[in-house]
Amino acid sequence: MEDKFAKTEIHKPENIVYKKSDLMVDRPLSYCPGCGHGTAHRMLMEVIEEMDIQDKTIGVSPVGCSVLAYDFLDIDMIGAAHGRAPALATAIKRLWPNHFVFTYQGDGDLAAIGTAETIHACNRGENITIIFINNGIYGMTGGQMAPTTLPGMRSSTSPYGRDVPTMGHPLKITELVAQLPGVYYVTRQAVHTPNNVRKTKKAIRKAFELQKENKGVSFIEIVSNCNSGWKMTPVQSNKWMEENMFPFYVLGDIKVDGKLVEKKETVEKD
Amino acid sequence: MAKFKGDIVINTERCKGCEVCLAACPFTVIAMSKEVNSKGYHFAMKINDECTGCTNCALVCPDGVITVYRAKVATE
Repeated sequence: MEDKFAKTEIHKPENIVYKKSDLMVDRPLSYCPGCGHGTAHRMLMEVIEEMDIQDKTIGVSPVGCSVLAYDFLDIDMIGAAHGRAPALATAIKRLWPNHFVFTYQGDGDLAAIGTAETIHACNRGENITIIFINNGIYGMTGGQMAPTTLPGMRSSTSPYGRDVPTMGHPLKITELVAQLPGVYYVTRQAVHTPNNVRKTKKAIRKAFELQKENKGVSFIEIVSNCNSGWKMTPVQSNKWMEENMFPFYVLGDIKVDGKLVEKKETVEKD
Repeated sequence: MAKFKGDIVINTERCKGCEVCLAACPFTVIAMSKEVNSKGYHFAMKINDECTGCTNCALVCPDGVITVYRAKVATE
């Protein structure tokens, strides 16, 4: 269809201010419409493109929707067993210390099945970057309850909402990991608005720069939506995420330069 | 003051119609089409020429279907 508002006179390569990174494989993403994975992938690839480290980067994607990453990222990727990505990344980084190694994991993978691997890799202070996509449920298998599911949040295995006395409390693994001395940089970001996307990209860039300096683990949590699993439209799910996820999973830096960021006391006025 | 004009090109075949870009655009340049693409999604399209090339829509697009152009316009 011809666009009647197209200003074709400025369609020149030198006028391009934004286009999809060349490191994204040119094929349609198989994620659901509106899923934050696509944006997270693109920011990751933009950082790798800017740093020009395509041939020196190795990604590890374990199980979950994040496993599909290796279909779309034009870099070397390895598939790990469920939850074992930090262990595999440890091995890769120790064998190739000059390479950039990152893991790309979801919450069911990193915070449930791979808790031991995550915590021990972080505690050993491996020079890897962990990118953790938190959407509060197991997205790929049909929206079951995950450790990160909020109290009262409905999922296919908690249809009446997560009942804390019987199902336990949600796990803030990012705060947990930030306590460990081997971890150098911990932050929590989102990718649903332009500003958050820019901040996420900065955080990923910082994490890769720190890897160059052998500082230790950089841990980036990206709070994302799962509109299919939450049974909402993409726009509704982004709004729901702002209203419900962000008060619990507060965005911002948690640990910078090896020191925990002190939360500013907010005085509440009636 | 130098003025900028921008334009977006949407790869309508790759668009999945999630409507995330609509909320990101500060000038309401984008709307959903009545037609569908070959996958059956209502794709995003430009409805006016107020685009300034701010790249907000392209940043939030999960599928990266938007390319943004921006050029300086000489002012009299």
